[in-house]
Amino acid sequence: MNTTPNSAVFLGLVRRDLLLAFRRRAEMIQPMVFLLVVVSLFPLGIGPEPQRLAGMAAGVIWIAALLATVLSLETLFRSDFEDGSMEQFILSGHPLTVIALAKILTHWLISGLPIVLLSPLLALWMNLPVDGLSILMASLAIGTPVLSLIGAIGSALTVGLKRGGQLLSLLVFPLYVPLLILATNAVSSALAGLPYNGQLGLMTAGLIAALTLAPFATAAALKLALE
Amino acid sequence: MNRFMLFFHKLGSPPWFYQFSGRLLPWLWTVFLVLAATGIYLGLVKAPPDYLQGESARIMYIHVPSAYLSMMIYALMAVMGFIALVWHVRISEIMMISSAPVGAMFTALALITGSLWGRPTWGTYWVWDARLTSELVLLFLYLGIMGLYAAHDEPRKAARAAALLAIVGVVNLPIIHYSVLWWNTLHQPPSLTTGGSSIHPSMLWPLLVMIVAWKIYYIANLLDRAREKLLDQDRNKRWVADLAHGDKT
Repeated sequence: MNTTPNSAVFLGLVRRDLLLAFRRRAEMIQPMVFLLVVVSLFPLGIGPEPQRLAGMAAGVIWIAALLATVLSLETLFRSDFEDGSMEQFILSGHPLTVIALAKILTHWLISGLPIVLLSPLLALWMNLPVDGLSILMASLAIGTPVLSLIGAIGSALTVGLKRGGQLLSLLVFPLYVPLLILATNAVSSALAGLPYNGQLGLMTAGLIAALTLAPFATAAALKLALE
Repeated sequence: MNRFMLFFHKLGSPPWFYQFSGRLLPWLWTVFLVLAATGIYLGLVKAPPDYLQGESARIMYIHVPSAYLSMMIYALMAVMGFIALVWHVRISEIMMISSAPVGAMFTALALITGSLWGRPTWGTYWVWDARLTSELVLLFLYLGIMGLYAAHDEPRKAARAAALLAIVGVVNLPIIHYSVLWWNTLHQPPSLTTGGSSIHPSMLWPLLVMIVAWKIYYIANLLDRAREKLLDQDRNKRWVADLAHGDKT
């Protein structure tokens, strides 16, 4: 019987995945470049009037964040699945939920956190007023972990499939709807001088719910993929 | 084992299920045709036109049952998916995945009739109203489940993956519904509630008849689809060979 504590497995896995990601920097940066390109297309497509851009800034940035997340989710479990690491994780006897949670945390550190950090630049491009920026960053800080958590379920369900990427977006976008609504509404309420705590509070509730439930669903999906 | 439990255990056996559903189906289709004909006659001919919306309100007799079924089928899929995941009952897997196209069809029907109804009443085919939007998201969830099933090569694994997605979806569905409801509301509040109803009996009866008709249609269509899937999956099994040679009906 394996006696390594689960916390050591968790931290070890996070360190390993971060190391792997940093060894393939170009691949890691791609979703962020994608994010920048998508947001920069909007002013070109709808015109540079600052007023109009400001009105849709939060929505555009959030939708670009969803797209960038889904782009990076595709490879979340793929390499472990293909080289047999996933089978070893299951055979190790450690709960698969711990392993799933470690993968999700790494995914957030690599693709969610950069979105939060890049958001001031994106807000600048979209001419979002300064009052809205802190709320936008707060909504992204609460919301991007949820994107990783829910996305991991979709990623695990499509891991063994040949064309999983296209399917993945169909699976997870409908589940992202509440988050998108609450986040953009929080920013627009803040800009209108209205209270926005309720929206951020509901998003935090969503984060806690996803944190407690999503690892189990992800683990079940991974087990299914390896049957 | 009492008779009721015995019946359920027998239903899990493919040949028995095939035989039983085969005997049930002609009855189900007959009852559906009678009920649908009655409901459509009562709704389109007998019921009075709405005093505000006029004749266009008659689309309700198709729209409301479809919307009702679209949600009921999704909930049932999650239940059947749970049974499939926990007890590995193959009939339950097949019933779960066979429900998806029927549910998607009712969702699409609810959306189409809703937008046709919206034109004379709200003056536009589409508004980003709360219930229209959540119905659209529901359609996407159905399409996701069907897509996930179709993408796998092995049907049993595919059905269990789809079942897991259905369960994740059913946890999210109320959240989606309330977030959208809170986001924007233009749709009239629900007319049919468990506490009573705000519509006159002359309009309520055809509506209830139509809902029951649609439910029977769902069961009949579901059984037809499930039988076809079962034959396909068991095409190398003995009982299907016996069936093909005409030993049993």
